[in-house]
Amino acid sequence: MKFFRKAVSTIALPGLAFLSALFVSGLLIAFSDPAVLKLAHSPLKFIGGAFAAAGKAYLALFEGAIFDPNLAHPNIFDGFYPLSETLVAAAPLILTGLSVALAFRAGLFNIGAQGQFIFGAIGASVIGFKTTMPVGIHVIAAIVTAMVFAGLWGGFVGLLKAKTGAHEVIVTIMLNYVASYFLLWLLSTTPFLRKGRQDPIAPPVKESARLPHLAGPNLRVNLGIIIALAAAAGVWWLLNRSTWGFRFRAVGANAAAARTAGISVPLVTTLVMAIAGALAGLGGAVQILGSEYALTAGAGGTFGFDAITVALLGRANPIGTVFAALLFGGLRAGGLTMQANTDTPIDLILVIQALVVLFIAAPALVKAVFRIKQLKVGSGVVSKGWNG
Amino acid sequence: MTQVEVLSLSAPERRRRRMVVMMGVLGVFALVAFFIIPKQHDKATFGFVMDKEWVAVHEWAIDSRHGSLGFAILAILAAILAYFQFRARKTIRLASALFGVSFLMSFLCWAASGKFIPLTGLLQGGLLLAVPLIYGAMAGVLCERSGVINIAIEGQLLAGAFASGVLASLTQKTWIGLLIAPFAGALIAYLLAVFAIKFAIDQVILGFVLNVLVIGLTDFLYKRLLIPYQATWNSGPILSPIKIPVLWKIPILGPILFDQTIIVYLMYVVVILIHVGLFRSKWGLRMRAAGEHPTAAESVGINVNRTRFRNVILAGAIAGLGGAYFTIGAVGPFGKEMTAGKGFIALAALIFGRWSPLGAVSAALIFGFADNLQGVLSIIGTAIPSEFMLMAPYVATIIAVTGFVGRVRAPAADGVPYKRGESV
Repeated sequence: MKFFRKAVSTIALPGLAFLSALFVSGLLIAFSDPAVLKLAHSPLKFIGGAFAAAGKAYLALFEGAIFDPNLAHPNIFDGFYPLSETLVAAAPLILTGLSVALAFRAGLFNIGAQGQFIFGAIGASVIGFKTTMPVGIHVIAAIVTAMVFAGLWGGFVGLLKAKTGAHEVIVTIMLNYVASYFLLWLLSTTPFLRKGRQDPIAPPVKESARLPHLAGPNLRVNLGIIIALAAAAGVWWLLNRSTWGFRFRAVGANAAAARTAGISVPLVTTLVMAIAGALAGLGGAVQILGSEYALTAGAGGTFGFDAITVALLGRANPIGTVFAALLFGGLRAGGLTMQANTDTPIDLILVIQALVVLFIAAPALVKAVFRIKQLKVGSGVVSKGWNG
Repeated sequence: MTQVEVLSLSAPERRRRRMVVMMGVLGVFALVAFFIIPKQHDKATFGFVMDKEWVAVHEWAIDSRHGSLGFAILAILAAILAYFQFRARKTIRLASALFGVSFLMSFLCWAASGKFIPLTGLLQGGLLLAVPLIYGAMAGVLCERSGVINIAIEGQLLAGAFASGVLASLTQKTWIGLLIAPFAGALIAYLLAVFAIKFAIDQVILGFVLNVLVIGLTDFLYKRLLIPYQATWNSGPILSPIKIPVLWKIPILGPILFDQTIIVYLMYVVVILIHVGLFRSKWGLRMRAAGEHPTAAESVGINVNRTRFRNVILAGAIAGLGGAYFTIGAVGPFGKEMTAGKGFIALAALIFGRWSPLGAVSAALIFGFADNLQGVLSIIGTAIPSEFMLMAPYVATIIAVTGFVGRVRAPAADGVPYKRGESV
């Protein structure tokens, strides 16, 4: 019973925030639908039309994310094809989310997951298409390279902060752009040009470097989701069971006190950013080796921002991050179906994500809207200024 | 220089010393790179005229190699001048400006070998690309000087661009677009102010979320309304440039500064008002007090949170107005995510300019010019990949915050929520 109550109070805020976000986005769907606006002369019809429009869009979202009855016969299991897509989308989200969450716990705000992801994707792609290795070793080599590239890119930020006090937010924002332009340049160089193509796309990674599928060749779900879950377990162990994790959290809770206790804050800062970078880079590797198979100019996608929303929704906690990433992975996969079936642009997903985080970050607002007094608050993140 | 002398240098003097060293190194680099490794003995031609200004010389052609050498030597001389000014403990602004121009000309002579460069057009384009950056940076100054971090400049610009583009299209009147843009920016700023000041949410997270909210909303509406119903929703008119009598005929400067749209003229006014207001008025003093030491400000009767609230809203309005540049000020119709990270370059300019209005304007002008130069060079073709030139503002900002050219420091209470009765 106690456990139940704890569970309810933990998911109450994210749950209510998600419902609020769906409600507001539903209004957006309804009010931008010309067919609904034509009913404005009759309030009843108008409200009905609005509900129908939003409902149709959200039904398509569900069908694209979890279960599609149109695919369910003759074989009921084929209906779960969208679930595979959700897992494919969730894997890199879990990894980049863990990157941001880990940094949060050490008092660092890693806005640079985007750039680290890009460097991971570059590393995985280079090893994937440029080298020839036996099956198994090739995948491992590509993943390790990705993590080293991204770890150095992220660790550099930590080093700058430790040595010069440069704020990691400013540095990572700037480095994200540097990484994007670097990727663009790289794709214009000869080794990265695919034969017979003029657009910025690298050669495909070889079969031996691809992550194996988990449920047959028809479903895209691959080893990436297992890697992501293992990484989440690893980060959980690191934070909650290891000495280093204790140091990370000590620095995050109170850097001055940690310093007094003999913890090297510069070392922790550098190390945390390096690990965070490696995690985001692993995300890039999973994306390239698991589902994309080729490096493109848009490889970074919106992963930097998605990572932040995932970490915030998961309250900077590895287990919470996994669930948040599954939710947003579902939104992404479903968003495509929603766009195709109901002409509701997939960009609605961004709005939902932004609103969820806004509501999560402002528990006072959710409490006021739903008139709940007892609600576990706190996002696991403390407000700090540029000089903090 | 002895150890004692080194220690007695003040922070600005140490910064100046580093700048002198850097100028010397870059000057020698120019000499080596642009003269010793030349492309070929061709003429580089510079154009000075755009319209009917009072210009005696319309264009100037110089042997690429001679030009590079001459300007590189001039750059080194400027560095030497800076060194003597530094020794005399004077400011080195004039020498730095001279160095900057010489270095740039040396580079252009090298890059434009056998090509034509419209110099006036290059500068004019640079100013235009700097317009949204300057508006964004001014919004940043107001926000951050009063103690609220503004990462949402990008969103405010985009909201201004969207609102002005759509309203100008619906009414087919540019002045309505111009009028509505500040309100769109202020609306986003209102969300920033409420959540940052009232709910004390982390302002970096908040700014980021607001950016994505605006990107998501505008992308959504763009696909849902602006593309399918383009004729009514997204075919706005553009502002036409206004030539200011007499002034526009000044050689080189005239067409750059005084043959522009009303958005650019408003920008001059905004910059001057903010610069003077920040350092010479009660409004500016209160703003700075709220940003540097809110407890002290409150103790002398300043309502810190109200001061912050008002300045954040005003900042949003300025950024929104800057957003109008993208649509009615430049191309007319709205384009998906058309601000393309300009808000973050504005943030970079703000930091690079050390949170001071004129510093931020200078940085924005440099970034704008670099952006335009990159565009021109990629057309005439040069050895440096355009991607690396596009990286420059971001790399420069990282160098600035790591203290290589002197530590930059934000207002002391920037980003720290203020609660009455709690000393920070």
